Amino acid sequence: MLGKTANGLFWMYRYLERAENTARLIETGQRIALTRLDGSEEEWTSVLQSARALDAFREHNEDLTKDAAIDWLLRAKANPSSVLCCIESARQNARMVRTALTGEVWEATNAAYMETTKLLARKVSERDLPHVLRSIRQHTALVRGMTHGTMLRNEIYDFVRLGTFLERADNTARILDVKYYVLLPSASAVGTSLDNVQWETILRSLSARGGFRMEHGAGGGPLEITHFLILDRRMPRSLAFCVRKLRENLRYLDDDTPGMMPSLRQLNHLEGTYLTHDINAIFDYGLHEFIQKILQLLAEISHQIEIDFRFYE
Amino acid sequence: MWGDDDRLREPYARFHQWFRDEDPARLRAKQREAENLFRLTGITFNVYGRSEAEERLIPFDIIPRIISGHEWQKLARGIEQRVRAINAFIHDIYHKQEIVRAGRIPEEMISRNDAFLPHMIGVEPPGGIYTHIIGIDIVRTGPGEFFVLEDNARTPSGVSYMLENRETMLQMFPELFSRNRVRPVQNYPTDLRRSLAASAPTMADGSPVVAVLTPGIYNSAYFEHAFLADQMGVELVEGHDLKVVDGRVAMRTTRGYKPIDVLYRRVDDDFLDPLNFNPKSQLGVPGIMDVYRAGGITIANAPGTGIADDKAIYSYMPEIVEFYTGERPLLKNVPTWRCSEPEDLAHVLDNLADLVVKEVHGSGGYGMLIGPTASKKDISAFRAKLKARPGNYIAQPTLSLSTVPIFSRQGLAPRHVDLRPFVLASPRGIKITPGGLTRVALKKGSLVVNSSQGGGTKDTWVLED
Amino acid sequence: MRLKIQHVTRYRFETPVSYGLQQLRKTPKTTPQQQIIAWQTRVEHGRKELAFEDYHHNTVELISFSRGTTELSVISEGEMELTDTAGIVGPHRGPAPLWLYRRSTELTRPRPRVRELLRGSEASPDLEGLHRLMRAIRDAVSYETGISHAGWSAEDALEAGRGVCQDHTHIFLACAREMGLPARYVSGYLMLDDSTSQDAMHAWAEAHIENLGWVGFDVSNGISPDVRYVRVATGLDYAEASPVTGMQTGGTGEALAVRIDVAQQ
Repeated sequence: MLGKTANGLFWMYRYLERAENTARLIETGQRIALTRLDGSEEEWTSVLQSARALDAFREHNEDLTKDAAIDWLLRAKANPSSVLCCIESARQNARMVRTALTGEVWEATNAAYMETTKLLARKVSERDLPHVLRSIRQHTALVRGMTHGTMLRNEIYDFVRLGTFLERADNTARILDVKYYVLLPSASAVGTSLDNVQWETILRSLSARGGFRMEHGAGGGPLEITHFLILDRRMPRSLAFCVRKLRENLRYLDDDTPGMMPSLRQLNHLEGTYLTHDINAIFDYGLHEFIQKILQLLAEISHQIEIDFRFYE
Repeated sequence: MWGDDDRLREPYARFHQWFRDEDPARLRAKQREAENLFRLTGITFNVYGRSEAEERLIPFDIIPRIISGHEWQKLARGIEQRVRAINAFIHDIYHKQEIVRAGRIPEEMISRNDAFLPHMIGVEPPGGIYTHIIGIDIVRTGPGEFFVLEDNARTPSGVSYMLENRETMLQMFPELFSRNRVRPVQNYPTDLRRSLAASAPTMADGSPVVAVLTPGIYNSAYFEHAFLADQMGVELVEGHDLKVVDGRVAMRTTRGYKPIDVLYRRVDDDFLDPLNFNPKSQLGVPGIMDVYRAGGITIANAPGTGIADDKAIYSYMPEIVEFYTGERPLLKNVPTWRCSEPEDLAHVLDNLADLVVKEVHGSGGYGMLIGPTASKKDISAFRAKLKARPGNYIAQPTLSLSTVPIFSRQGLAPRHVDLRPFVLASPRGIKITPGGLTRVALKKGSLVVNSSQGGGTKDTWVLED
Repeated sequence: MRLKIQHVTRYRFETPVSYGLQQLRKTPKTTPQQQIIAWQTRVEHGRKELAFEDYHHNTVELISFSRGTTELSVISEGEMELTDTAGIVGPHRGPAPLWLYRRSTELTRPRPRVRELLRGSEASPDLEGLHRLMRAIRDAVSYETGISHAGWSAEDALEAGRGVCQDHTHIFLACAREMGLPARYVSGYLMLDDSTSQDAMHAWAEAHIENLGWVGFDVSNGISPDVRYVRVATGLDYAEASPVTGMQTGGTGEALAVRIDVAQQ
């Protein structure tokens, strides 16, 4: 496979994953805003922060209002992580790697693009927001489904998965990074409504609320949440889950090369050093420091993949 | 569809039966459905000079253009003869120029021709094939009567529309294909791959590595490039994926550089090699011409084939066919006045209102004058251009093109069409896909079929007699 | 006569070259007037990718830079056996058609000064007439190094009134073609009488004269080439016959050192 094609696949799926994550963050933000009585807009600061869009937002906007934040995350051309930009980039990459995709995946991607550009052609009203977000998530899910159902399990698929899970791991780590303080044992003044809302936000923005309730019923506090999001291998957005998927796919790619690929070595190091201990060890290490470390290692691995597989000359 | 005597032409008989029984409303819905299909599949072309986002559909008309088997057979023989002659001509031009020595073509036609590429002098392309993929533009003027308008020997496009038009018709009107015995076109990608592989350099082993070179996703024909690579199951590469490694042109894969044997390039000559041609080109591969001259790669089509599809050379095609095949040309050429010659120029200037005047190197229907439909002002403006640079133009009479029906709001309506059959040439022989791309001038009375100027396309049927 | 030749070109770069290719036209031709006894080209910090013959019958070697190199050396050396033919190279042999050598190029375009020189030179398309042309060019443009550069056209050199062998040759080609004669640029080696060491290749012109074929004219020295001249590459102008044409990415701050030794054996 061409290095360029590997690059295109990797980024196509990173962007698709990112579009979906951003949509989910907006949904969560909106839900929190609607269920809080004080009408505070500060929740949007952390939503923007989680989407890595806060600094650029401040450069382009005077005040942080809910409307402005939503529009920035959904449609802003100046925000490369906006849903619209992500879908456009995903489709652009799909065009570039058209020959590596099945017709079904291409058509689903093209449909996602056509629908998204139509829905986001104008500012989205509050009334239409739930429908628009749902539609976007359905379309990206359709691409994922078509990928799962029609693509050969060869190296093309491996790069698809690498893009997906690197982006997902990065997203999970970022959400934890923005909100880590509400999960610290010292800050967990048990059962206050603030914490409940904050914990809920974290779980919702990772589509983890249902799964967590299934495990812990009405119980479970910061320790359990942190464990669930970092170490639980059954939770499809946990760091441990994503990293294991990355390892599997890198190992398939590594199979017929002598010596171990540097990216796989780095990933093994990440997994072995940081994701095999119990949750108390992570708190001992320092949750914030831990997340920072994970983010840094993920970025390094992403870069190393580009080199190992000759994404560029 | 109808002959001169207003009687239904025979190949359309079964189709017309079907059409008569159809509800126009259903057909209109089908027309819209076809457009949606095209949009979803991404069969679009980018419009030059517009923002990158602008991807347009070429209008598709659901009424097929139908050609009888025996008429096609006659046409195909003529096309094959012409393609043989074109390849022999290009070989001769870049070697001994026997045709010039024999006095059949004036030396200036070659020596003053910008399409003559000195870098090709003395090159022996593998299998002696220069133009592997040719599109010959043909018009029908009456029963069994065809004229060649143009030979596209550089990088003819449109074959993806031929294939997708058929695909769309099959999906929308399967019943039509059980009533009519339509010769299939779907083998084209397989034939193309075989034909390219058969043209590999001698150093290639058993299964030659083929790739398609595209200028990239912003090129107007990118869809076609991706489509063909996909259908052939080969890599779609851009210039920056390639470089000269160990004396070969090689592509950067995730596991290192891999040599390419045959490159089907959709990048123009001038941009192909910044080391040898335009040094500013970002689309090409530095040194590819050197590898080519050293015999390390097949470039399809070969550089320099433009010498054969130049409009001034076109006027010599009957001589060219005769010279190289020893046979009388089976296909007619449109009579052509070369404005470079004073007598011809005088005739053209006197008869501008009745003639079509074209730029020698023009394409896409730009820069031409269609006398009968042009205003007085246009004609006098063109007269000035013509006098300033006569050598830049040729002129032809307007032919009474036959029409075929399109499905318009008022039902069936006649429109002018042309036909571009696609021909593959390899050392193993010449292969012509039955039919080709029918382009139709959607505007009433118009003779311009180019998609850039309001033309559309149709599925083209060749019937099994 | 037998000549021993060594031609060393060394490049140094301040920053590494990430990718680069060079076409070398450094191998002398084999003709009735000159035989290669031995010839080879070596490359240091680069590699030979391939070799081919271009449409002027020049042997071309394509070399690539080693990735990340900050230097590159090309060493060509060998021995040539030469026979005197009084500057006559002989009948045209392909592969390029003779008419190709009537084409003017960017560097040899006949602009006003070229035309003016031609009018005043008493030149004519025959042997004597071309010798008159040669003298007129020498009178108009004095030989001086360090003034002109590789991109100068015939017209540029005439305007400056000074130039080197390359400029003289371009003016000659422009005039000869203006008279309808096929003409070409020759890059090659010249054995000097006073010194074996030089820092550049030499250049002269050839015109195709009826009944004689190709004849050489060394404008800078005012003579037709003899046994001291080794023909290496030909072309329509310098751009087609130059010893090195290349492209590279990276590798800024280029410093070039050329050393040529031509000595009689």
